[in-house]
Amino acid sequence: MLRTHATKLTSAAILILVLVAWEVLPTALDVPRFIIPTLSDSMIELKRMWTNEGLLGHVTSTALLTLIGFLIGSLLGAVMGYLLGMSTFWEKVLSPYILALQIAPKVAFAPLFIMWFGYNSMPKLLVTVLIVFFPVLVNVLQAMRTVDRDLVNLARAYNLTRMGIFWKVEMPSTLPNLMAGLRIASTLAVIGVTVGELVGGNTGLGYLISYGGGQANAAMVFNAIILLTVIGFVLYAALERIEERVLHYLPKADH
Amino acid sequence: MALEFRHVSKSFGGRDGGSLLAVDDVSFRVEEGEFVSVVGPSGCGKSTILSMTAGLYQPTEGEVLVSEERVTGPNTHVGFMLQKDLLLPWRSIIHNIEFGLESRGVPRAQRRERAMRELAHCHLEGFENHFPYQLSGGMRQRAALARTLAIDPEIILLDEPFSALDAQTKLLLQNSFAGTIKEAGKTTLLITHDLSEAVLMSDRILVLSERPGQIIAEITVDLPHRDKPIKRRLMPEVGDYAAQLFKHLKLEEKAA
Repeated sequence: MLRTHATKLTSAAILILVLVAWEVLPTALDVPRFIIPTLSDSMIELKRMWTNEGLLGHVTSTALLTLIGFLIGSLLGAVMGYLLGMSTFWEKVLSPYILALQIAPKVAFAPLFIMWFGYNSMPKLLVTVLIVFFPVLVNVLQAMRTVDRDLVNLARAYNLTRMGIFWKVEMPSTLPNLMAGLRIASTLAVIGVTVGELVGGNTGLGYLISYGGGQANAAMVFNAIILLTVIGFVLYAALERIEERVLHYLPKADH
Repeated sequence: MALEFRHVSKSFGGRDGGSLLAVDDVSFRVEEGEFVSVVGPSGCGKSTILSMTAGLYQPTEGEVLVSEERVTGPNTHVGFMLQKDLLLPWRSIIHNIEFGLESRGVPRAQRRERAMRELAHCHLEGFENHFPYQLSGGMRQRAALARTLAIDPEIILLDEPFSALDAQTKLLLQNSFAGTIKEAGKTTLLITHDLSEAVLMSDRILVLSERPGQIIAEITVDLPHRDKPIKRRLMPEVGDYAAQLFKHLKLEEKAA
């Protein structure tokens, strides 16, 4: 109890230290405002963005696309992972292509998607889905391969059907890996949406980054990056809470 | 008669196309309510015998009969337990004990009732809502036994269920298992490499040779207290039986 208290206090202290440094150092070192704006500069700009640039709309658009892209991508990844995990044949047939797609830089598809679908939400969503898909797929597939054979045999001896074995043994066995995959995917989802917004369109925090960059408005870029981080952080924290609930049966390591 | 092996052989296909003979022409019978142990060197096909009884795979030659019925696949007559307790970590103890009943169309209320009864038989009252990680190794094995008994099998197959436990827990658990099994009147086949365990718990012991496994001796343990290995352990005859097993397995020659 005391230890967690100490870690929280130290964490907060570091945050305050960084914020103070951010406020004081640029002026002290004579760094111009358009290179590194101070904390107060950024806050003033944030207020201006809220009133003049329709910041709320941009944040909502990015957050919503992150969430939807994450949900669709991880659902597809998980379903595909479980299907391939149940069929060694198809897993072997498709694994080189999956590997190739996994290696290909997904963000590079963004201009292509814009060519195909135009300047709307579709390209952003597709990049996000694509980027989220693989870590979930790979984690689930890996977990399906390593399900305890003796547990499966036990279920067989108890006359469970193939689907019964899946739902009662395999699926729950893979939950820790699925959750790990989702956590990785949640951090990637923000990247997917940002790239989509950077490349095209006129909404979202990614757009504000390229817009602010074009105007040499570093404070705007700073703010957009911080808000993107907050969106990713909220998604990650939500997943952590869900994971704690779902995986309550795992003994917690005492540090 | 509860279990019979008739000239059973089992070979496994090797990687190079050749095959490996694991069990060679094994025949034996186990009568109802009897406790029979199978001992032998590692890799002698002990677990293969168990898997064929459970119907997880078929003999290459010969046949396995449980209650006069030929075993062709996993069936409701047999319950098995391994060294690993195989409890599902995401289920509470009571739900684990109910696991085997779920695919048998037993109504929920009845499932719970049977599971609670076996929980009591295995001395786990009060732990029904715990999760496996909260229990000690010995308690987890007792929960696994409760799960096995809950499906009311005609035969219980035990594949080295005590070998992962420390010496004291092992002794207590052997005692608890022996009592519970005797009380339930279940036919039992115990696979073990622990010779004294075989003597303490069995009515009869089958000795297997090295691979390919063949039965080289059959020893009837003519001692009382099958339901209390801790009592049997104090009898001087136990040493003689263990020595017999020792000789059959040629352990002295191997040590030399």
